[in-house]
Amino acid sequence: MNLPPRASEAERSRASTGERVAASGVSPLATSEPMELDPRSFRHLADMQVNVELDTGDMILNLGPQHPATHGTLRIVVRLDGERVISADPIIGYMHRGYEKLTEFRTYPQITTLINRIDWLSSFANEVPFIAAAERLMGIEAPPRALYIRTILTELSRIATFLLFLGEMGLQVGALTPAFYGFRDREHILNLIEAATGGRFHPNFNRIGGLKDDLPWGWVNDTRTAMKTAFDACDTFEDLVAGNEIFEARTRSIGIIPAELGAAYGVSGSNLRASGVDWDLRRDGKPYLAYPEVDFRVWTHPDGDSFARYWVRLQETREAARIVLQLLDQLPSGPIMTKVPLIIKVPQGEIWVETENPLGQMGYYVVSKGATGPFRVKIRSASFSNVSILPWLLRGVYVPDVITILGSLYFILGDIDR
Amino acid sequence: MSELKDTEAEPADPHALDEPHARLLARLGAELGDAVLEQEPCFGIPVVRIRRDSWRRAAEVAKVTLDCDFLSFISAIDWQPAPKEGDEDSSDTSSPVQPQDVTYGVAGSDGRFQVFAHVQSTFRNWGLTLKVDVDEHAMLAESWVPVYPGADWHERECWEMFGISFDEHPALRHLYLPSQFEGHPLRKDYVLLSRVVKPWPGLVDVEAMPDEPAADEPAADDAEGAGESDDSGGDPE
Repeated sequence: MNLPPRASEAERSRASTGERVAASGVSPLATSEPMELDPRSFRHLADMQVNVELDTGDMILNLGPQHPATHGTLRIVVRLDGERVISADPIIGYMHRGYEKLTEFRTYPQITTLINRIDWLSSFANEVPFIAAAERLMGIEAPPRALYIRTILTELSRIATFLLFLGEMGLQVGALTPAFYGFRDREHILNLIEAATGGRFHPNFNRIGGLKDDLPWGWVNDTRTAMKTAFDACDTFEDLVAGNEIFEARTRSIGIIPAELGAAYGVSGSNLRASGVDWDLRRDGKPYLAYPEVDFRVWTHPDGDSFARYWVRLQETREAARIVLQLLDQLPSGPIMTKVPLIIKVPQGEIWVETENPLGQMGYYVVSKGATGPFRVKIRSASFSNVSILPWLLRGVYVPDVITILGSLYFILGDIDR
Repeated sequence: MSELKDTEAEPADPHALDEPHARLLARLGAELGDAVLEQEPCFGIPVVRIRRDSWRRAAEVAKVTLDCDFLSFISAIDWQPAPKEGDEDSSDTSSPVQPQDVTYGVAGSDGRFQVFAHVQSTFRNWGLTLKVDVDEHAMLAESWVPVYPGADWHERECWEMFGISFDEHPALRHLYLPSQFEGHPLRKDYVLLSRVVKPWPGLVDVEAMPDEPAADEPAADDAEGAGESDDSGGDPE
């Protein structure tokens, strides 16, 4: 049996100090070549000797496809030297459902059922850019009330997604309790989404030109109450997880994404904002939904490590709750559907629509030839690009940190594979 | 909605570029010269068709000169309409029927395959869609990996789904599909097998429940009652 050598004491202590910063990405570890034993990388000569004696060559570890930390069926082939990752190769496609092909065989209204299942934790937010693409191509716009309700439901999906993340991230570093809190607190939000749309996870509530239904009676007040619990949940997580010494030790200066490299990889959303990039499509993109009408702050963190990603999402959860409260106060009355033909034909043209989804930039490039269905739909999902940086990011880190980094990047498998 | 008010006030051209995007387009044209084959605004975003041999240089210009540091996606399109299936007089309107004549999209194309990409800036709030024609016989395009490392997976996807190769790409391997997979699924002539085996059920897809005579109220009640008595009979065991 080829057991890997255990990490020496020096390496372990290094794992909790700033030296790990250098380890993730910069030489001598940033190479996919078999690692030479470099005496400079060992604190004591004795360590080197032990490592040479126990040098058993690389070990290949298959992380997944059923590993719990991969939230689904992501497989990462990791080559290890001891406990240190030499190279990591994510293998995706275990959940590939061929949505881009399927869209070519369905009509526009039928496609919303497909795209609900891309990022299944925030399905409502997925529908928005596609519906917007069809509407803009047709030259129609949903009434203001519909736009407001869409915005509210988008932000509710954001809160639901992030509350689960805030709990689950604790689980990744070995804390069980926050995960239960995450699931519990998310339930309040899912109840609201269910009350309005009829579906907990797959609302399928958007229609081209508006919404399926108006809000149920009493929903606005229920939402106000639920926002209070969301704020409370954020306070709990800030105390319980972000303020925890062990959590900080496991996440600070782990998995640092430099802003420029992250952007060149297409990393977006909270992951990029945690690297200090002040860019949010809700504020900076082409105006969409009711975002121009609300006042909100875009949170960034300069560090770019796993802790920063956690912290940014924590703040964004609160911000989303504030946005919902503002929108509820301004909610206009009026119709929720504009006039659309019975059989929807989208005029010839092509359009790129992007939105700021909970996981990052989500966009559709829709090419229409005037038929009842699109000619081609390119689905740009956030997690695909967010995860594509993993081979670079995981190089040189330790095995336990792989899990932390995977957790903090927060991807949904359906959003990677589509 | 400010957007709504604007469109109501004047039926402005939805494609018109705002001032920063117009400047962006002008600078791209100045940098690339005759490598820009065609350009056209599309819903406020410039779409530019680049000559084949300048595809990577276009990425460099976009990234370095135009500050488009963020790679959104790279993908491809097959402009050849899918071969028509079934008879034309079919009353089944559930599946969209695409026109059979070959037309090309915004900024044109000179052949069946095209690679297109979207890049944008994280600090200047502008973006750009770039297109390049792919020779149907060579099926080769310049790789963007040296410029945007994130192009790696996107180009692997294009290679797998359309069969377009990229020079200088480090490893064109299958991304989604098993390595033995044959064919390029997103090409229009690749048949969606599930639809051949069984056509899409169409608009009406409601089946009667088992043991339930369709749309018959009293009979349905009877069936329900029978089910209950079965349950109570089974309980003592």
